[in-house]
Amino acid sequence: MKVLVAVKRVIDYNVKIRVKPDNSDVDLTNVKMAMNPFCEIAVEEAVRLKERGVASEVVAVTVGPKAAQEQLRTALALGADRAIHVETDEKVESLAVAKLLQKVVDEEQPQLVILGKQAIDTDNNQTGQMLAALTGLPQGTFASEVKVEGDKLRVTREIDGGLQTVELSLPAIVTTDLRLNEPRYAKLPDIMKAKKKPLATKTPAELGVEVASKVTLLKVEPPAERQGGIKVGSVDELVDKLKNEAKVIS
Amino acid sequence: MSILVLAEHHDGQLSPATAHVVAAAQQIGGDIDVLVAGENVAAVAEAATKLDGITRVRVADNAVYAHQLAEPLGALLAALADDYSHVLAPASTTGKNVLPRLAALKGVSQLSDVIGVESVDTFRRPIYAGNAIATVQSADPLKVITVRTSAFEAVAEGNSAPIEAVDTVVDNALSAFVGEELAQSERPELGAARVVISGGRGMGSGENFQLLEGIADKLGAAIGASRAAVDAGFVPNDMQVGQTGKIVAPELYIAVGISGAIQHLAGMKDSKVIVAINKDEEAPIFQVADYGLVADLFEALPELEQKL
Repeated sequence: MKVLVAVKRVIDYNVKIRVKPDNSDVDLTNVKMAMNPFCEIAVEEAVRLKERGVASEVVAVTVGPKAAQEQLRTALALGADRAIHVETDEKVESLAVAKLLQKVVDEEQPQLVILGKQAIDTDNNQTGQMLAALTGLPQGTFASEVKVEGDKLRVTREIDGGLQTVELSLPAIVTTDLRLNEPRYAKLPDIMKAKKKPLATKTPAELGVEVASKVTLLKVEPPAERQGGIKVGSVDELVDKLKNEAKVIS
Repeated sequence: MSILVLAEHHDGQLSPATAHVVAAAQQIGGDIDVLVAGENVAAVAEAATKLDGITRVRVADNAVYAHQLAEPLGALLAALADDYSHVLAPASTTGKNVLPRLAALKGVSQLSDVIGVESVDTFRRPIYAGNAIATVQSADPLKVITVRTSAFEAVAEGNSAPIEAVDTVVDNALSAFVGEELAQSERPELGAARVVISGGRGMGSGENFQLLEGIADKLGAAIGASRAAVDAGFVPNDMQVGQTGKIVAPELYIAVGISGAIQHLAGMKDSKVIVAINKDEEAPIFQVADYGLVADLFEALPELEQKL
């Protein structure tokens, strides 16, 4: 079966972000960018399905600026067969990404679409669910285990309080949680080979999708700073402070 | 304004999260309905009628809504949403699973994890693991919102709102519930606990988490963990506090053997008082801790338990 994997270019997860002085947004000039960690897990899962003979082809897709092709090349180096880049310099909201992916799903007809559960920049946790709604497909969100069983998909999901297992009819949409797998590193020969793999470019206009959103970002501010605290010298002092100064225990 | 709040419930009990979401709905203002969807949920609906500030409780009691699977619940919400200007749910795994589905079915955006209400169309929400706060305005006719429950005080219970049955039944051939494995715990729920004590990689092993139990018992605390502790297999992942786990804001948060990575801080830095116990004086957790103790946790924890 064909598996489609959506990836996103985001700020590297180790970077300490800075808010622009005019509070218009976060400053992304000259910061290290990388593939969103949850998307890496999605790629890894798709590649493992291929290695197990379950998937016949893995197609990676991204929506974003020209530079996002780096992340598609990374996906190709990790084992994806080909890539689709929906190129736009606009800031694209989850709903618009879902609409663009819906068009790609219509064209490619994958049996399974794997996305990360959330991007670590916007922290929305929406796109996979929205894509499922738009395509009319079932969703297995926050997946920590995925098994294809005939024309069904068995997904173990991380829920508050534990784990839940659901059975979905294929085709289906899955979003990855951190514990689904441990992504591999791309080896140099694979990175070289990835440069020759096919990468198709499309625009939102070609797909007939309007990316404008009705949500306006009014301002972005740093969160309230916590007051620097004190170091205590002993457990006795700690208990005393908690009882008599902070008054959080009795 | 007319607001629909999706009630959170498990095992026939209304979750405390719902009362926090109603508080957020009150800040928006307008009539507030609570929707209880599930199978055999009469007791949940009854509990929901007590929530202050609500107009009525709508109950969709049908086997198709059992376990609140996203496909039928999304369709039900989409069928009801035309009567409302806002649909709210807690930013729990259920709310996060279902609400984006509703939003897409109605062709509108969703605002995730809202921590502040500025007006009926303007909200504040954290981005980049809580390292920036965005203020966003939605011009969509329907606002679909998940609420960070720790950012809103729960409403009191003194109401007796009427119950109204919802007859809408949808088909679901897409998904089926197979089973669930819930972690058993006598302790308060992590998201609602007044005190949380969390262990990190410094705990060394799963057995050593027992060192936290005696202290948790004495303080009536829930026990949490960092991602490092979960990934190392010390404890199950539903104990994880952080960007990708649970977001907590208790009165007292005690971080033991946790370095304080950005992803962990995202889940606990709004706690009222933070205590860090770590032998590494340079650990970033000390930059947010109100009280820091540089000590070996294997000596400090038994002593702390004894002195409480």
